[in-house]
Amino acid sequence: MNGPGGGATVSGGDDAGRRAVSQGRRSERHLGWWLCAPAALVMVLVTGWPIVYSVLLSLQRYDLRFPDRKGWIGVENYTTVLTSAFWWNAFAVTAVVTVVSVAIELVLGMVIALVMYRTLVGRGLIRTVVLIPYGIVTVAAAYGWKYAWTPDTGWLAGLLPGGQAPLTEHWPAIGIVILAEVWKTTPFMALLLMAGLALVPEDTLKAASMDGAGAWQRFRLITLPLMRPAILAALLFRTLDAFRIFDNIFVLTNGAQNTAAVSVIAYHNLIGGLNLGIGSTMSVLIVVTVAVIAFVFVKVLGTSAPAQATGGKR
Amino acid sequence: MLMGGGGPAGPRRRGAAAACAAATLAAGFLSGCGSGGSGARVISLYNAPQQSMGEIVKRCNRLARGRYRIVLNTLPRGADDQREQLVRRLAAADSELDVLGMDVTWTAELAEAGWIREWTGPFAAEARRGVTARPLDTAVWQRKLYAAPYNTNVQLLWYRSDLIPEPPTTWTGLMAASARLAAEGKPHYGEVTGAQFEGLVVWFNSLVASAGGRILSPDGARVELGPQALVALKVLRAFARSKAADPSLSNTKEDDARLAVESGRGAYEINWPFVYASMAELKPAMLPHFKWAPYPGITGSGRAPLGGANFAVSRYSKNPQAAFQAALCLRDPESQRVAAVKDGLPPTIESVYGASGMAEAYPMRDTILAALKTAAARPKTPTYQNVSTVTAVTLSPPSAIDPPRTLRTLRNLISDALQSKGVLP
Repeated sequence: MNGPGGGATVSGGDDAGRRAVSQGRRSERHLGWWLCAPAALVMVLVTGWPIVYSVLLSLQRYDLRFPDRKGWIGVENYTTVLTSAFWWNAFAVTAVVTVVSVAIELVLGMVIALVMYRTLVGRGLIRTVVLIPYGIVTVAAAYGWKYAWTPDTGWLAGLLPGGQAPLTEHWPAIGIVILAEVWKTTPFMALLLMAGLALVPEDTLKAASMDGAGAWQRFRLITLPLMRPAILAALLFRTLDAFRIFDNIFVLTNGAQNTAAVSVIAYHNLIGGLNLGIGSTMSVLIVVTVAVIAFVFVKVLGTSAPAQATGGKR
Repeated sequence: MLMGGGGPAGPRRRGAAAACAAATLAAGFLSGCGSGGSGARVISLYNAPQQSMGEIVKRCNRLARGRYRIVLNTLPRGADDQREQLVRRLAAADSELDVLGMDVTWTAELAEAGWIREWTGPFAAEARRGVTARPLDTAVWQRKLYAAPYNTNVQLLWYRSDLIPEPPTTWTGLMAASARLAAEGKPHYGEVTGAQFEGLVVWFNSLVASAGGRILSPDGARVELGPQALVALKVLRAFARSKAADPSLSNTKEDDARLAVESGRGAYEINWPFVYASMAELKPAMLPHFKWAPYPGITGSGRAPLGGANFAVSRYSKNPQAAFQAALCLRDPESQRVAAVKDGLPPTIESVYGASGMAEAYPMRDTILAALKTAAARPKTPTYQNVSTVTAVTLSPPSAIDPPRTLRTLRNLISDALQSKGVLP
């Protein structure tokens, strides 16, 4: 947006001076590009090649158990996956987990953000305590949840009547997955939202208060609209993250009772089934879905990076 | 088509290993060929957790007198996790694996992928010697031997003789016995492996075999699942809806079944022989009434599920000759005796059943040997993992089976799985 040319022509009355400035700028820019080039190249190789490779794999029949039958088959893998009930079931599970967990996280995160933002005493302590779940490795936390919900060993399962095993039933298991996700990532959501709260000028709130607006009105009519960019950015991050959920489900159920998410089913086909073709097809489809989600957020809802949003307000 | 018929990089690897072996022989000492500090070739054994494996390895290392030294690496407890680790490393041509402890259902898969070596010549003759027919067959894929049989296993009917004086021989008989016990207000559940996992496939496979059918053709190329499969599905459904069915049937695995009988909730269970040792240790008071009988069938005695494990040698092993020798020692009669007496793993070599200590550890050994003669192995196919997964998903929960419709679904899904075409759940 603020292209290099725009800033260069501000000062300098005579032509010579301007030329000198722009020449210096240009060589600086060249140098900049050269300095960036190695890093950019490595980035392209590291992130670009695996993506290209998985697209190539997704167009092949490639099962490690049948090395002789490898071959190009066009979009057949895509037809297979997109007509499979297992895939769509996993897709639905992922969508439910994503929507429900992100919705709960948004509400809870907002409450926690307000508490963290408004506390006067023990601010550091409260922020640290809130962040603990986010600091624990997901797999370790997931094992904690798993054992807690296992009859005979778990304290949470012990609270249930009659020794039920909630992880062995479809909806209870999904509920526990959502609970583990919410517990784990609400702090992250709260942090992002707290940054957004800082965007709301105190004066505006005070003025509204003077005009007779109640707490709820101030929150709904002033805080929320002003925080919109921060909320959208937080939602975008969390939605993309939640859609790629893997570790919690892998540990808690490993996909039993129809609880596999798309990443889990892709893993089962790639690593368990040794089917690089089908597995890569699923990976590509996950990338496409994530791209669509990002597109909707950015283009339709108008999400922008938090930094830009903050810059615009100042 | 990129790889030759001999499997990925087969000849080249062998050549390199031979060159390395020759070089080290010429040099008079061993170095750089995976040798350890003690000077012996290190053979890495990857095996499922087994308590006395360390003892077996120690004995073999002593017998090897410096020809090789086996180092034991224990795989995860779950069969799926074991397989996953092995295939992931084999797919990456990891040369750190030498001897692989394989579940009986993996032979075709690893052989077809070219990851394990065929057993030939004197090694093969030694691996076959004295082994009962059906366990031996689990190590064979397309008439070639790919592993040395180590231990075997069969499920039996384990029942409380204080509740069921005369053990029924059929599933219908079991359901009738449960109904009678329920009417008398006594424990009446029959514990079976009905959870959505390999155990459910094992149950279904034995039912189909007992009815005289097969899931796959013997070469593993086609789906069979004829009218006998319909009979099997009807029995599954009927049992899951009868008085015999524990409410948690659709979540029951082997250990849950054992616990249910030990806790007094179940009147009988279909399970592997480890339940006997467990009962002896945990509930000795119940042991006098804890009896065993052949696996139930459709019209008469059934065909018991066949389990067990074999030893294979990795394609990428740098010391294949030593690995074959090590594998042979790990499953020789004495090793099998130790595994049987101390870990409860039934031997594949028939003569071991008469060895010392067996009578105490295996009072049911005659029943096991008899069951081994007719035991039903699981279908042989390189895509067994896929076949098993889709079968378990389709049959779960057993009470919801709608025989003709379930059979159609099963045929379609398995036929896709055989061509590694379908999607795994």
